[in-house]
Amino acid sequence: MATLQEIMAKPVGLASGHRMCAGCGIGAIVRTVLAASDKPVIVANATGCLEVVTTIYPYSAWKVPWIHLTFENAAAVASGIETAYRALRKRGKIDKDVNIIAFGGDGGTYDIGFQALSGALERGHRFLYVVYDNEGYMNTGNQRSSATPFGASTTTVPAGTKSFGKPQWRKNIVEIAAAHRIPYAATAANHNIIDLYNKAKKALSQDGPSFLAVLQPCTTNWKYDPALTMTYSKLAVETNFWPLYEFDHGKLHINYKPKNRKPIEEFLKGQGRFRHLFKPENRPIIEKMQKMIDEEWERLLKLEESGAVL
Amino acid sequence: MSTWKALTGAQAVAEAMRQANPDVVAAYPITPQTPIVEQFASFVANGIVDTEMIPVESEHSAMSCTVGAAAAGARAMCATASQGLALMWEVVAAVPGLRLPIVMPIVNRALSAPINIHCDHSDAMGATTIGWIQIYSENAQEAYENTLLAIRLAEHKDVLLPVMVMQDGFIISHGVENVEVFDDEAVKNFVGERKPDRYLLDVDHPYTIGPLALPDYYFEIKRQQEAAMENALKVYLEVGKELSKISGHDYPYFEEYKTEDAEAVIVILSSAAGTAKDAVDELRNEGKKVGLVKPKLFRPFPYREMRKALEKFKAIGVLDRSMAFGAYAPLYTEVRNALFESENRPKLQSYIFGLGGKDIFKSDIKKVFDELLSGNLNPEEQRYIRLRG
Ligand SMILES: Cc1ncc(C[n+]2csc(CCOP(=O)(O)OP(=O)(O)O)c2C)c(N)n1
Ligand code: SF4
Ligand SMILES: [Mg+2]
Repeated sequence: MATLQEIMAKPVGLASGHRMCAGCGIGAIVRTVLAASDKPVIVANATGCLEVVTTIYPYSAWKVPWIHLTFENAAAVASGIETAYRALRKRGKIDKDVNIIAFGGDGGTYDIGFQALSGALERGHRFLYVVYDNEGYMNTGNQRSSATPFGASTTTVPAGTKSFGKPQWRKNIVEIAAAHRIPYAATAANHNIIDLYNKAKKALSQDGPSFLAVLQPCTTNWKYDPALTMTYSKLAVETNFWPLYEFDHGKLHINYKPKNRKPIEEFLKGQGRFRHLFKPENRPIIEKMQKMIDEEWERLLKLEESGAVL
Repeated sequence: MSTWKALTGAQAVAEAMRQANPDVVAAYPITPQTPIVEQFASFVANGIVDTEMIPVESEHSAMSCTVGAAAAGARAMCATASQGLALMWEVVAAVPGLRLPIVMPIVNRALSAPINIHCDHSDAMGATTIGWIQIYSENAQEAYENTLLAIRLAEHKDVLLPVMVMQDGFIISHGVENVEVFDDEAVKNFVGERKPDRYLLDVDHPYTIGPLALPDYYFEIKRQQEAAMENALKVYLEVGKELSKISGHDYPYFEEYKTEDAEAVIVILSSAAGTAKDAVDELRNEGKKVGLVKPKLFRPFPYREMRKALEKFKAIGVLDRSMAFGAYAPLYTEVRNALFESENRPKLQSYIFGLGGKDIFKSDIKKVFDELLSGNLNPEEQRYIRLRG
């Protein structure tokens, strides 16, 4: 098992000097995932914060080969790269082993890129897809996505006198990915670098598609103190708002079980997107949220215990 | 040695692809392009080519995969029609800016609504302003040869632009012709191998493709694309000359048919030019001074050469197989533009025909020539051929 120091000592695929907001969690995620590869990496990146902040022409923060095409097709672009890799290998035009990694935001993955993702997973290309999940369209200023949690206020479904924010819970993207019977799909969170690193390593060792959904707090649009990114990531896990688990060949394993799960308010408070939930009239919304989280956790425990293969 | 084969237009393009043996093909079936995909898939399934084919879930992913593969360093091809081109539009529009030399055969089909699977040019004519080179083919033979030419044109270092090679849906794609298929070895030598100077799989030389560009550089990047289009005019002829050595055919910007002493000519694209040539032959036999000009290279449009070719005629009828709703029809627009600088501008008349696969007959073409020769022209009026009253 690698230590944090060892991970940090690996060559850096994403250079500093990019234009992420202060406190943004994306950098740590990308750096960790790239460090987990012991082969050269090629990156396909969907439109979104990561793409925009790392490549303002004529500059690039990428020290690895990198492509951005459009918002909704990182998985298809990665499919093309992987296929070109096999074709050129077969024809003796290249000889190096590589890993192909796609990065997309939650919008580019759960929503507009969903079809391309499903197609790529179904076809079985050998690549890792990483969604850095900040629970909304952040590059464009906090619009709702199907990863936005219940109760969050966004600019397209704002809280108001007749609205408590988003009325739906998020889509379960990891189980959907796993349901394609890919070898490996997992969640991870921004603060737990070692868990993320190990999962990325495991994902990259598969002979087929793998999928990681990494929770990434967004200082600007979750609206919290930029010093607290890792704190919020941790609270998301400690409250079971974002459990850490993996589907290894379809079988669920929960990686971390909080001894005393914290109440959801601990995660919600201090975030501007949930501020309205602390009004007395929205008390039932928080209660409902807590109930949904607890039920989902129970479901996961049962699924793990059953040993069933998804 | 070349061989003669009974092939549909779709099969003829698949033959060109077989001979080019690209590294990667990604395509999604749509009538009437489907037989290209099917034929090529059977080549792959039977080891006739060793291309890696990606059976994508949509045209959007077809073009996205093609771009990924081309950026990675592969020679990658795609093919589509109509709704498929419309669905992949966003990605199609990004390719020229990425300077990826992708060749995409298009089997022209009407655009919905109403949904219609038959031929017209509304799909490709909607894609004339985004930086793809466009070549139109009259028959299966031309579709075959243009596909080969397109590969070299696209990949030329002074060009590096994507190319659409058009053929008419059903009329050509599904009609069987005797096609001369050139010697495999000769074609292999002609198309050669793609040698990109930068590509993603060159992992020792990492490069960033597809960055964000702001107002300080975006414009400049687009201007370079236009320079590449200007180069394409020259390179098209050069590559054509090389292909001539194998084929014995010429590859001009446009074909001039019986135009030397003509007074009236029509300008028309693709398969309908074949019908129109028959009409020209018959009218010539009657002693009428008529001819035809068939553009092949539509983007970049050879304005200067077209002006020189057309300004000597008295009357010109331009026949378009698509409309540009609220504006002059696309081919007519270009002909008009080409002639603007002329001292003695010929009389022009715009006709629209054949939308959604409506047939056009020799008699229709003869009627056009009657109007051109008799001076029954009204440039203010849009004329329609075989439109129900
Ligand atoms: C087809 C298309 N629709 C809309 C947009 C505008 N757009 C750019 S990024 C983005 C949101 C991205 O959200 P996400 O994928 O979650 O990434 P994030 O910005 O949060 O990093 C949107 C809506 C676009 N670029 N392309
Ligand atoms: S808006 Fe959010 S996700 Fe985007 S760079 Fe800023 S902090 Fe990161
Ligand atoms: Mg997002």
